[in-house]
Amino acid sequence: MSNIEKYNNAFIETFEITEDQLAGLKYQDIAAWDSVGHMGLIAALEDAFDIMMDTDDIIDLSSYEKGKEILAKDEYGVEF
Amino acid sequence: MTFDEILNIPPYSLGKTEKEKLLTERLAELNKLHQENCPEYRRMMEAIDFDAQKIKSYADLPYLPVRLFKELELKSVPQEDVVKTMTSSGTTGQAVSKIYLDRATSSNQQKTMVKIVSDFTGSSRMPMIIIDCPSVVKNRAMFSARGAGILGFSIFGSKKIYALDDDMKLDVEGVRNFLDQYQGQRILLFGFTFMIWQHFYKELLRLKEEGVTFDLSNGILIHGGGWKKLISEAVSHDEFHQKLKAVCGLEHIHDYYGMVEQTGCIYMECECGHLHASIFSDVIVRRPIDFSEADIGEPGIIQVVSTIPESYPGHSLLTEDEGVIEGIDDCPCGRKGKYFKINGRLKNAEIRGCSDTYATKF
Ligand SMILES: [Zn+2]
Repeated sequence: MSNIEKYNNAFIETFEITEDQLAGLKYQDIAAWDSVGHMGLIAALEDAFDIMMDTDDIIDLSSYEKGKEILAKDEYGVEF
Repeated sequence: MTFDEILNIPPYSLGKTEKEKLLTERLAELNKLHQENCPEYRRMMEAIDFDAQKIKSYADLPYLPVRLFKELELKSVPQEDVVKTMTSSGTTGQAVSKIYLDRATSSNQQKTMVKIVSDFTGSSRMPMIIIDCPSVVKNRAMFSARGAGILGFSIFGSKKIYALDDDMKLDVEGVRNFLDQYQGQRILLFGFTFMIWQHFYKELLRLKEEGVTFDLSNGILIHGGGWKKLISEAVSHDEFHQKLKAVCGLEHIHDYYGMVEQTGCIYMECECGHLHASIFSDVIVRRPIDFSEADIGEPGIIQVVSTIPESYPGHSLLTEDEGVIEGIDDCPCGRKGKYFKINGRLKNAEIRGCSDTYATKF
């Protein structure tokens, strides 16, 4: 599975949504992405890429696009 | 002054004068914001002839009795901007507070909490044992104080386990496997004081008598929610510490004081046993007689102020707790700001007295 597939899957499976909902999706846009859902998403991303995210990055991950930016940082090194 | 500017300041770095300046500026702005955006709040300020020009210090700002949030639905944003509603933990039949959060306030609560707690635990996340049952966070639209606390602290957990099942029974095997898996690592434990005593400590004690032991000497426990339920058990702060150490080796224990009406601004207990106010908030102790500010060492009613609330007018509140300021800027732990202790809940009659006195001002 490619990194983008893993990344998308984390959102799709955690929030039970479809791929066409991903672009532009923001925290609190859908009922499933609330503060409980957010911690579920973080756990899914950490498992998928075998990383541990910083608390600051967990808070900053406020949209589908922002998440890609964060994971692409040197400390996580995920290339999309 | 924006909240982001405050977030960049280390949480225990400001001395009395600097902190007063910061709080006065930010809280006066919040007062204005809520007057403009919350009709009920505006009417209250009009009723007491509030004059912003006369505010020399944040201690001069008006305070709402905390129980007002049980009686009125106070918000400073349109309903469609509310992303989360939090409720206080009332006993059955009691009215509960409802606190309305928009995106910004909710996010600032979490950011603040991370800044405060990291000062005690370090910023790295740890395997975490939540001493509660999973069903506490099930109702996602309405968060209880317990659910909100667990969720707020969850960010510090890398891997998480709930130590209790929904019947409040300790998951002995689950906890054992978790500890084996993360052996040698620092473990974060979080829970509410009464639950820890009733459902964790007592069970560990019973298991120990059967020869089953747990080693939590690598653990750091953060607990809150108050001691009042433990009074009937006659458990003191020191005894809580001693007994937990004796039963499982747990030595690093931090109590915290906080309330759902000002989530995010928690007051953590330091290594010297003092509750500390960070730069994000403060406590003012008031004399019950005339609400003037009490001296250091003099017990009174606790007022709390918080720089966070933008979506509801909860930036300055009179609590129903009694406490005492123990000192300012000079705790041996090195953290600046006020440090204090909570003596307990005011008696019902006193609370009524306070609310009535306050109400007569309107
Ligand atoms: Zn201290």
